[in-house]
Amino acid sequence: MQATSTFKPTEALWRVRLHLLWRGLKGTWAMFAESKIGLTGLGIIVFFAIFGFVLWPIYPWLMERFAWTPEELEAARNVPYGAISSIEQVYHPVVGYDPLIPGIENPSPPSRRHPLGTNQYGRDILAQLMASTSSEFMLGVLAAFITVVIGTLVGAITAYYGGFVDTFFMRLADVFILFPLVSFLIVLGSMIELTLIKLAFILGIFFGFGQITVILKSQALAVKVKPYIEAAKVAGGGHFHVIFRHIIPNLLPLAFLYMMFNVTSAIFSEAALSFFGLLPGIKISWGIMIDAAHSDGYILGGRSFQNWWLWVPPGVAITLLCSAFYLVGRGLDEVVNPRLRKR
Amino acid sequence: MITVALQTQTRTETLVRVEHLRKLFPLRTGVFARARSFIHAVDDVSFEIKRGEIFGLIGESGCGKTTTGSLLVRLLDPTSGHIYMRVPSHPETNSQEEQYVDIATLEGRALKEFRRNVQMIFQDPYESLNPRMTVFDIVAEPLGIHGIGNVYEREERVAELLSLVGLTPPESFLFRYPHELSGGQRQRVAIARAMILNPSFIVADEPTSMLDVSIRTGVMNLMLDLREEFGISYLYITHDLAVARYMCDRIAVMYLGKIVELGPTEEVIQNPLHPYTRALISAVPIPDPAVERQPIEIKGGVSKPIDPPPRCRFYDRCPIATERCAQSDHPPLEDKGRGHFVACYEI
Repeated sequence: MQATSTFKPTEALWRVRLHLLWRGLKGTWAMFAESKIGLTGLGIIVFFAIFGFVLWPIYPWLMERFAWTPEELEAARNVPYGAISSIEQVYHPVVGYDPLIPGIENPSPPSRRHPLGTNQYGRDILAQLMASTSSEFMLGVLAAFITVVIGTLVGAITAYYGGFVDTFFMRLADVFILFPLVSFLIVLGSMIELTLIKLAFILGIFFGFGQITVILKSQALAVKVKPYIEAAKVAGGGHFHVIFRHIIPNLLPLAFLYMMFNVTSAIFSEAALSFFGLLPGIKISWGIMIDAAHSDGYILGGRSFQNWWLWVPPGVAITLLCSAFYLVGRGLDEVVNPRLRKR
Repeated sequence: MITVALQTQTRTETLVRVEHLRKLFPLRTGVFARARSFIHAVDDVSFEIKRGEIFGLIGESGCGKTTTGSLLVRLLDPTSGHIYMRVPSHPETNSQEEQYVDIATLEGRALKEFRRNVQMIFQDPYESLNPRMTVFDIVAEPLGIHGIGNVYEREERVAELLSLVGLTPPESFLFRYPHELSGGQRQRVAIARAMILNPSFIVADEPTSMLDVSIRTGVMNLMLDLREEFGISYLYITHDLAVARYMCDRIAVMYLGKIVELGPTEEVIQNPLHPYTRALISAVPIPDPAVERQPIEIKGGVSKPIDPPPRCRFYDRCPIATERCAQSDHPPLEDKGRGHFVACYEI
């Protein structure tokens, strides 16, 4: 038999690859879209993304346009104390106030100019809620990304090399899993100013070396013994080649799935720490909003429902966003584990 | 490293010469415990493979066939022994000069260079292709590892190989994933991957045992054609005597890490001498209900080769064992004429 040399590449290679990628994404999407759970979660995430990244920048302008009457604006610019020069001053999440609402009336219930009311200092709750959304997103995604990068690399390397490397990172994982993270962050928070980025890195590293390493390592162990790894070695592929061309691509779906769950953990951790007032480097977040309500006694003592707008919106937002990422994770789970798929 | 410079050719020259090859696996009892027992997976095995020859290794599960194959491609490092293989002296140039290299001791760059000459085809085509790579990526992988050619040359070479192994037209297979192919097609992709570096020697580890009977012959004929066209030698590992008879020029029967019988395929199958080989052949069904066949009586089941006592490995099950077999070490391979070697004192 003679090899035919009539082959002519019909398309440029990069276009074929792009096409394959697109087809793969479409296939994944089709499977993902089958699960109502995942779609619900994705819907909520999209809602929050619009809420935080699109609506928030235009919120003061929208309010000036539609909620404030010209007389009110005029009055706000001319009150004897604290006259404002621009509407942004009203809707600033940290130092904003409404000159037309006397301090004694704060917290004021939802009204036309403040759809979710104001808190006891006069800040607009909706503005605070929106301003926090983008940072919650950033924190969650950054922390989860760091977690997954560390977990994938360490998991693949420990599974591949075994022996001392394996023992070392697994014992390290035990330490990180058992580590009292909250106490550690309390101490750390008193020593350095924990900004959002720093917190994301710390959470990312802590989760990365902990549970996820163990999970991804177990997956990598299953991949490591496949004959295609041996085929690559017979062809002359080195350690680097095997780890990055074969093991890690086969870990990525699972890693991405755990990334979703880790976003949830990171947002929860931030909310819990903010609620205890342990993150002075973060000026506004949903946790801080609840903390502000709590520390002035608006939650305890039977007054909770009297001033519900102080704590219900941030609480609902935390719950919704965290469950949204969790639900997307569950939806992806069905894509990654075909056994979970409904027939 | 022992090297002997040689000029090439003649179809009867020896491509691979295995001498006293051993592989012991330590049995560990605890994390810090030193290994006290060893599994003698391959125990003092010697044989030769000629250029263009298909050499069969047959035997039941756990007898060391696959370990031998893995040692020959250096997936495993031998405990002791030598594997001499003829490889090009100057792989960068196109010179025909070749030399024998003891591949058992190769390291680093020399080992990677050597890997261009040998390839392996695996048993399970469903597991031996990375599910996240396209056919093109799988077949071109060895080219990438050795840095051969640019993207266009690789694509052309892969297409050429795909049509060679019967996946035509190649452009309709290049960018498909393994899960879109049938078992036979996958094994053809695996063969294309093994062929792309023009190896002189391929270890085929039961390449057809996971395939449907109807497509087995197709894959076997493909391998025979490639042998004819490129003069490739195969070490063909199988437990199926019919497959061995169809494919192999010579076969070696392994039992617990030892070769017990070795010779031309027809000679061994028509005239088995070792009691184990006889039992093996008598177990092959004959498609004729009228045939009366004397079953060979062997006792017990196959044991594990953990620290075997210094006597014939087959002693415990042998119907013709004598006092001498119990007293002496495992018998050496003896020539019984016509290239037929048997390891038994009583024959």
